Amino acid sequence: MKHKKNILILGAGTAGTIMANQLVKEVDPHSWHITIADATDTHYYQPGFLFLPFGIYDEEDVKKPIRSFLPDEVKFVQEKASEIKSEEQQVLFESGKNIHYDILIIATGSTIDSSEIEGMNGPEWRKSIFDFYTFEGAKALREKLATWGGGKLVVHITEMPIKCPVAPLEFSFLADDFFGKKGMRDKVDITYVTPLSGAFTKPRATQKLEYLLKEKNINIVSDFAIESVDNENKSIKDYSGKEVPFDLLVTVPTNKGSQVIEKSGLGDELNFVPTDKGTLQSKVSPNIFVLGDATNIPTSKAGSVTHFQAEILFENVLRFIRKEELLPEFDGHANCFIETGKGKALLIDFNYDHEPVEGTFPIAGIGPLRLLKESRMNHWGKLAFRWVYWNMLLKARPIPFVKARMSLAGKNF
Amino acid sequence: MIMLKELVGNTIDVNEEGFMTDFTQWNTQIGEALATENEISMTPKHWEVITYIQTEYKNNVPLSIRKIGKSGVVDIKEFYTLFPNAPLKTATKIAGIPKPVSCI
Repeated sequence: MKHKKNILILGAGTAGTIMANQLVKEVDPHSWHITIADATDTHYYQPGFLFLPFGIYDEEDVKKPIRSFLPDEVKFVQEKASEIKSEEQQVLFESGKNIHYDILIIATGSTIDSSEIEGMNGPEWRKSIFDFYTFEGAKALREKLATWGGGKLVVHITEMPIKCPVAPLEFSFLADDFFGKKGMRDKVDITYVTPLSGAFTKPRATQKLEYLLKEKNINIVSDFAIESVDNENKSIKDYSGKEVPFDLLVTVPTNKGSQVIEKSGLGDELNFVPTDKGTLQSKVSPNIFVLGDATNIPTSKAGSVTHFQAEILFENVLRFIRKEELLPEFDGHANCFIETGKGKALLIDFNYDHEPVEGTFPIAGIGPLRLLKESRMNHWGKLAFRWVYWNMLLKARPIPFVKARMSLAGKNF
Repeated sequence: MIMLKELVGNTIDVNEEGFMTDFTQWNTQIGEALATENEISMTPKHWEVITYIQTEYKNNVPLSIRKIGKSGVVDIKEFYTLFPNAPLKTATKIAGIPKPVSCI
């Protein structure tokens, strides 16, 4: 019997699952095994973590078994990886198991690390300091919000890059709506604190969207580089001496790549893997590719980006197998819905070279979705997307009219 | 919107916030002039930081204050001393590269 080669995918989140589904359709099953490994058996719909604290989604809406999204031909190994040995082409697991690979696809994502900031995970953690970037954090915050009597709500970003950069802003908008509906908006003071120069940082978005903060009465503190959290006096402090008091702090802690990247010595100081921004080949070794949040490339860490990357990476993996030159086709394309509260949402579409602009999506001149403009249709689009995610995106089924590379048609530059 | 700006005998392209939009136009003379405009008088340590962030920019590595703090060039306190108030914004402006942004 011919010896089969192995494609190993590390991580069965959005990136790894899409990749497994793509590859199984094209890779010759007589020559290749496809193996995917993940420490857990649960797939989380991470965009849903934004809705969980406000009771818009329930726990069941955001979690399903990993196995149900993987094709039967793909072997699922539920084990935690402990080290990638790139020279030996092997991945070691905590159980002592090791798996040889001919091609490795790193899709280990990113996660929050609240221990990066002094005092962040101190005595007030999950009492008056919360995150909503984890399932547990979002659930704990839901319980807090259900009974919270009001005061100073501070929504805070520790440092960039973070997964889904607009999520904290969406959280602020939804909080305004949530407390408004509870009839206690006047008891809640919302402040948005960012290390960047503003809530909006790109000229077009600033011009078109700045009204949102005023309209929703959200205060902003910008250029805030947090140094520590004072648990006793309940405030966050920055390196220049600025201080912002809170009664309830909803923070996005430092986002980092997986520990296995750090242990293997493959990442940068935040454990993200240096990756070619066009081909998605790692800079570590030619037979290692990186997909999704695990890369260090200068685009957003978001599911839509991963989805577009997967199409490009899939082609490049096939090219690599055929010993052809890789194509630097990934253009940084992202496409994100932004909830603005009160049943409305925005949609943005951008890439490495083009900032979000106005126009129509996905069909030029028609829409039905409008870019960089609030609408009810965009909100329905965002809610409908959960179905698209579970039923089409993860299984790598084509989404009509939506292309991996950003289309310039129907947009106003 | 891109505007033209005259600086120490050079014409540079800048955006509405005064950030250069074409790094190839940058030279140390321009860096020095941009520093003066931002009330910074450059020392060798300032230049070390500027060189570091330009290198990271050329390698497509996103910059953050904490990343610079871990760079080995300066710690965060020193970075604030060298470029007070909003150090990353000021330093990137002098370096001739875009300010760090989010997606919108």
